[in-house]
Amino acid sequence: MTDSSVLVGALNQVGEVDWNPILDSSVFVKQLPVEKLAWMLEKMCLTRYFEEKAEELYTRGLVHGTMHLSIGMEASPVGSIAALEPEDFIIHHHRGHGHTIAKGANIVTMMGEFLGKEPGYCRGRGGSMHIADVSDGNMGATGIVGGGIPIATGIGLALQMRKSPQILLSYFGDGSTNEGAFHEALNMASVWDLPIVFICDNNKYGMSMDFRHSMNVEYISTRAASYGMPGISIDGNDVLTVYQVVSQAIGRARSGKGPTLVENVSYRWRGHSKSDRNLYRTQDEIEDWMNRCPIKRFKQLLLTSQVMREDEIEAIDRAAKQTIDDAAEAAILMPEPTPENMEDEVYAP
Amino acid sequence: MSENTKREITYLEAVREAMVQEMRRNPEVFLIGEDIGVYGGAFGVSKGMLEEFGPERVRETPISEEGIAGAAVGAALMGMRPIMEIMFMDFATLAMDQLVNQAAKMRFMLGGAVSVPMVCRAPAGSGTGAAAQHSQCLEAWFVHTPGIKVVSPSNAYDAKGLLISSIRDNNPVFFIEHKLLYRTKASVPEEVYAIPFGKAKVVREGSDLTLLSYSIMVPRALEAAAKLAEEGIQVEVVDLCSLKPLDTETIVQSVSKTGRVLIVHEAPVTGGFGGELAAVIAESEAFDYLDAPIRRLAGRNIPIPYNRTLERASVPQVEDIEKAARALAREGR
Repeated sequence: MTDSSVLVGALNQVGEVDWNPILDSSVFVKQLPVEKLAWMLEKMCLTRYFEEKAEELYTRGLVHGTMHLSIGMEASPVGSIAALEPEDFIIHHHRGHGHTIAKGANIVTMMGEFLGKEPGYCRGRGGSMHIADVSDGNMGATGIVGGGIPIATGIGLALQMRKSPQILLSYFGDGSTNEGAFHEALNMASVWDLPIVFICDNNKYGMSMDFRHSMNVEYISTRAASYGMPGISIDGNDVLTVYQVVSQAIGRARSGKGPTLVENVSYRWRGHSKSDRNLYRTQDEIEDWMNRCPIKRFKQLLLTSQVMREDEIEAIDRAAKQTIDDAAEAAILMPEPTPENMEDEVYAP
Repeated sequence: MSENTKREITYLEAVREAMVQEMRRNPEVFLIGEDIGVYGGAFGVSKGMLEEFGPERVRETPISEEGIAGAAVGAALMGMRPIMEIMFMDFATLAMDQLVNQAAKMRFMLGGAVSVPMVCRAPAGSGTGAAAQHSQCLEAWFVHTPGIKVVSPSNAYDAKGLLISSIRDNNPVFFIEHKLLYRTKASVPEEVYAIPFGKAKVVREGSDLTLLSYSIMVPRALEAAAKLAEEGIQVEVVDLCSLKPLDTETIVQSVSKTGRVLIVHEAPVTGGFGGELAAVIAESEAFDYLDAPIRRLAGRNIPIPYNRTLERASVPQVEDIEKAARALAREGR
């Protein structure tokens, strides 16, 4: 086992893996090119503003269905996707706006799908829960908790059988690790050494159920031990820790050493979906986590480590907000789909 | 007729031959399932395939039906053509999320951005003394799911041609085999051939009534029809071959000709596929030609029991079909 003193930002570790030292973010931030850091900040801001805009559009009565917001959880998708090569794959979950944005989705097309419009990613057939950008390696999200994890195994299997250098990040929530699908898929992926990094976005609640009441382990990474797979739990609100750890897991996956389970511990500020009245947690708890905002933290880090100036940071923030505002305006004007001939779309020719 | 076309092989061998020939032809085709390697599959369908294709493409899995189905869906999304084997159709219940919520919906839900070219093969049916959890015919569930195609061949020739079409199809296809058909023989050409979906076959012509069926009930219907012919009752037997897409044209044509229709299947009558067939006929122009009510003969509304006598009494046998067809032939005269 690696000396725990080097595991800054790591909360729990499973398996005999030689992790390279995980540096404190204040040190690591100086090792990354500024462009990379700016990219991370931009994607986190885009996600935050996208979701705030989503709420606003919902309040204005422009959204037909529900949505699952990841506000407060932006560091996990951005930090992990930052470690991918462009041709790699992701598959994620119903709270997946951040993953989709980080993977490079067109924001206007994404907003169009959110509003159920014909030019949206799924032509208005999928909505917020199913936004995918398959041509860019974003294999989408499933609305069935845990349902995407076995599919990830299949994608990993195809990559391995084709001897592809590409790898896959498979995201799911804390609640889904209680599904049988999680168990079957991680076991198979480990038995076959598939090129996958399993990433648990632990936001502490499976809808209203506190994860500490739904499982008898403190860290979900502990579960990796049952599959003979390394696992690690980290501060999922620290985008650079996520980046460092996932980079190493990606390295294992790419070199044929098999999958890793990474638990990014975070918190969702908003309710599970629009029907949530937050009856299962205290306002104090929510506020406590709002004080650990991953975006504020990252901005502060960039500033104090003097890798970016305040005006540069704010310029990125403002541009992101503008992008989202423009996307919403454009998406509202997009044409609605029409109900004729939908039967023709069910089967591929 | 060449020597080739006279070759007789079993239904089981025909299924294997379809897989082997497609796997030789296309490196993206692979088989995935439980005990399909050295063991050759629970019924021996994949016997010898491990030796030819190796463990990569004859991929044995842990006992994880949902995992198998998910692996098939994921690989199919990547453009491969997995054939997943579910050991008994009953175990499809363990893979339902992947089959129904994922495989079937993915294309439509993502606005046409993907296709899911996979086959789920499973043996169905009673008659082996395997009791309630290893004997079911669950086709109605999958027919009821938009996005999945369902085929259910009744003989070795169709099994090969329909399985080749299933593997080449760009959608999830549930390919239903029948345990009691595995050992039945038919003349099957060695060369590769594909039988298109959505084409029913009139396997015996007759003028007095139409007998609609599929899978194991087709040979039983033919046996009953031969006996009834001795009494002067001419039964037309239609083998549906694929349930979805369904060849409504052949059904309507036959029923319009005979004016009487008996629908026969093994699955329990209530909520069974026969109800759909009855509705298709009732809503069509064939309705005007009906001389008697549409009749269904199907499995009783019970789980399949173990005891041989009880098991036989649970689903239509040749004598039951004979009796029902005879009664229908006399109805409304």
